[in-house]
Amino acid sequence: MNDLSDNRLVKLFAELKAASKKTLLPFLSAGYPDLETTGLLLDELQARGVRACELGFPFSDPVADGPVIQNSYAAALEQGATCDGILDVVRNYRSGGGSMALAAMVSYSIIYRHGVNEFLETCKSAGFDAMIIPDLPMEESQAVGPAADRLGLCNVLLVAPTTSPERRIEIARRSRGFIYYVSVAGITGQRDSLPEETIRGVEELRKHVQTPVCVGFGISDPQTVATVCQVADGAIVGSAIVKRLMDAKARGATSREMAACAGAFVEELITPLR
Amino acid sequence: MTLMSDKSAGNGYFGPYGGQFVPETLMPALAQLDREYRSAMADPAFHAQFADALRKIAGRPSELYFASRFTEMLGGAKIYLKREDMNHTGAHKINNTIGQALLAQRMGKKRVIAETGAGQHGVATATAAAVYGLECDVYMGSEDIRRQALNVFRMKLMGARVIPVNSGQRTLKDALNEAFRDWMGSVEHTHYILGTVAGPYPFPEMVREFQSCIGAEARSQMLQAEGRLPDVVVACVGGGSNAAGIFARMINDKSVRMIGVEAGGRSLKPGDHAASLSAGRPGILHGTLSYVLQDDDGQTSLVHSVSAGLDYPGVGPEHAMWKDSGRVEYLPCGDEDALDAVVALSRAEGIIPALESAHAVAQAMKMAPKMPKDSILLINLSGRGDKDCNEIASILERRKGSEKK
Repeated sequence: MNDLSDNRLVKLFAELKAASKKTLLPFLSAGYPDLETTGLLLDELQARGVRACELGFPFSDPVADGPVIQNSYAAALEQGATCDGILDVVRNYRSGGGSMALAAMVSYSIIYRHGVNEFLETCKSAGFDAMIIPDLPMEESQAVGPAADRLGLCNVLLVAPTTSPERRIEIARRSRGFIYYVSVAGITGQRDSLPEETIRGVEELRKHVQTPVCVGFGISDPQTVATVCQVADGAIVGSAIVKRLMDAKARGATSREMAACAGAFVEELITPLR
Repeated sequence: MTLMSDKSAGNGYFGPYGGQFVPETLMPALAQLDREYRSAMADPAFHAQFADALRKIAGRPSELYFASRFTEMLGGAKIYLKREDMNHTGAHKINNTIGQALLAQRMGKKRVIAETGAGQHGVATATAAAVYGLECDVYMGSEDIRRQALNVFRMKLMGARVIPVNSGQRTLKDALNEAFRDWMGSVEHTHYILGTVAGPYPFPEMVREFQSCIGAEARSQMLQAEGRLPDVVVACVGGGSNAAGIFARMINDKSVRMIGVEAGGRSLKPGDHAASLSAGRPGILHGTLSYVLQDDDGQTSLVHSVSAGLDYPGVGPEHAMWKDSGRVEYLPCGDEDALDAVVALSRAEGIIPALESAHAVAQAMKMAPKMPKDSILLINLSGRGDKDCNEIASILERRKGSEKK
C-alpha cells in the first residue's frame, strides 16, 4: 500500500509552504512540435528553476481547450505522438535525473481506452506524480481516485467558476496534490484580465481546506502570475507557452531554439515568485 | 401524449453506459438542466404545452402510411412508413428542439446553440428559436456546409447564425466539439440544444423522451390500421434519436423485432464508415460512455458516410445497452445501397427520403422480400430528401459516368 507522502508533488508543496513560496506550473502539449522537443523542454524548464510541470496528452477532441492547444494537439498527433512515446520521454527525463513534479493532463477517453489501472500504473512507473483529467468530474472520479491513491499518484480535481460553494468544498476534499482552480468559465487560452472573483474564490476555498490551490486558464504574463500567487499556491500557464513554441516553429526555429525560447518566457513568468 | 421519466436511468446510466464525462464548468448546467427536465416531466402544464406545440408547430401527429406500391415491388412484408418527413422543417428533429426550447424558456435562458451535421437539427433549432424568440447560433462543419447549402440558407433566413467549424474532418463530430466549447463560456445564459440521444446525461434520456412521440403515435396508429403491432421496426442510427424515439415506446412489446441501421459507408474498414455499434467498442466521446470508433490510443477515428447526418463516430448510450442485451439488432448499410433506396422509394411512392432515412429503407428492401405477405415491416422515415438533392444528383451523375466506361 502506497501513500502520497513520497509523492514529488506533495513534497514540493510541503516544502514551498514551509518556505512561504509559490510556484509556477507550466503546461506543455506533449509531442508538440515533436517528442524530441518535449524532452528538451523538460530539461530546459528544470534548468530555469521550474519545480512542477504539466504534460498534456494530445487528444483528437479536447472540448475544454481553446484553439492554441487544440492546434498543438492536432499537430502532435499528425507527427505521430502516442501515449507510449510520451511515456518514453518521461522515462528518459527521469533516468537523466529529472526532478520536477510531473502531472499528466489526459482526457478520460484515452485513459478508458487503455484501462484505468493499466494506464495509471504505466504513468506512475514512467515517472508521473499526478493525473489531471479535465473531463472526469467529481461524480465519475471514483473510477480513478482510489486506484490513484493506491499507486501514490495524486488525482487532481478541478473547480470552475460555475461550481457552487458547497460543491467546491466537496471537490476540494477529494482532490489530491492540489486543487486546480479554473479561473474563467470557458476554454483554455489567453484572457486580457483575470476575474476579480477568482481571487475571492481562492481565498474562500482556503478557509475550508488545507490542500494547495493552483489557478489556471487565461494566465499569460508575469503580472497575472504574481497577482494569482498572492492568494494561490501556484499559477498554471499553458496556451501562452504553447503559442510561443508555435511562433518559434513558424520562424523555422530548431528544437533547441524552441526550447530556449520557451525557457526564456518561463523565466519571465517565474521571476515574480523568486 | 405521455412522456416517461426513466427511473432506472436516474443515475445517468443505461446499464454500464452513459454518464457525464465533461469538464466541471458544465456540471452545474447539466444539473440545472436535469432539475428543470424532471420538474417539467412532473408538470401537467408542460406536457400540455409541449403537445400543443408539437401539433401547431411541427404539424403532429405524422401519418402512418401504407406504402402499397413499394410493398408490391418488394413482394413480401407489408411496408408502412412513419412519415417524420412530413413534419414542419422536414424531419423528426423538430420534436426535440421544441421540447428543449421550452425548457430553455423555463430556465430563463435567452440564447440557444446547436451542432448540426446534415443541417436538419440546425434548421429545427433555428425554427424553434424563431418561434420562441431566442437568439440562435449553429455550429456546422465546413465540409457539411458545402454538402448542405440549402439548409445553411434556411437557418440564416430564420435569423440563426451559422458558424463554420474547420477543425478535424469538418463534420458533425467537430461541430459538437465547438458547441461544447461555446457552452463552456456561455453556460450562464445559453442552453445547448444537443440534437441526438448522445452526449452527457440528461441529454440521452431527455432527447429520447422528446422524440418518443414518434413511437407512441406509430404504436397506436398501427393498432388502428392493422389491429396489431408490426413484426419489424427499422430506423437509421447516427447518434440515434429517431431510432430511440420510435423504439422506446415498443421496447417492451417483445414480439416486435427492432433493427437499427448504421452508416456502412464504402466498407467496414476503419475510416470508411460510421458504424459505431457494428464495428466500434465501448469508449468515451462527447461526455458519454458508449460504443465509439477509436484507435487503440483512444483517439477518435476518421469516419465516412454519404449521409452527413450519420457521419458520427459515436452513438447514444441507450443503443449500446440495447445492443448488448440483444433487444435491438444493429446492422450497417453501405452508401450505394442507401442511394439505391432513395431512387427506389422515390419511384415507387413519390417520396424522396433523406439519405439518412434511406439507410433504413435499404435495410427494409433487403428483408421485406423474404418475409411473409401478411407480416408487417415499419420504417421510420425520419426525414425528407430535399436537402440532399444536389448531393444525390452529383453522385448519380458520377455513377452514370462510371457505368459508361
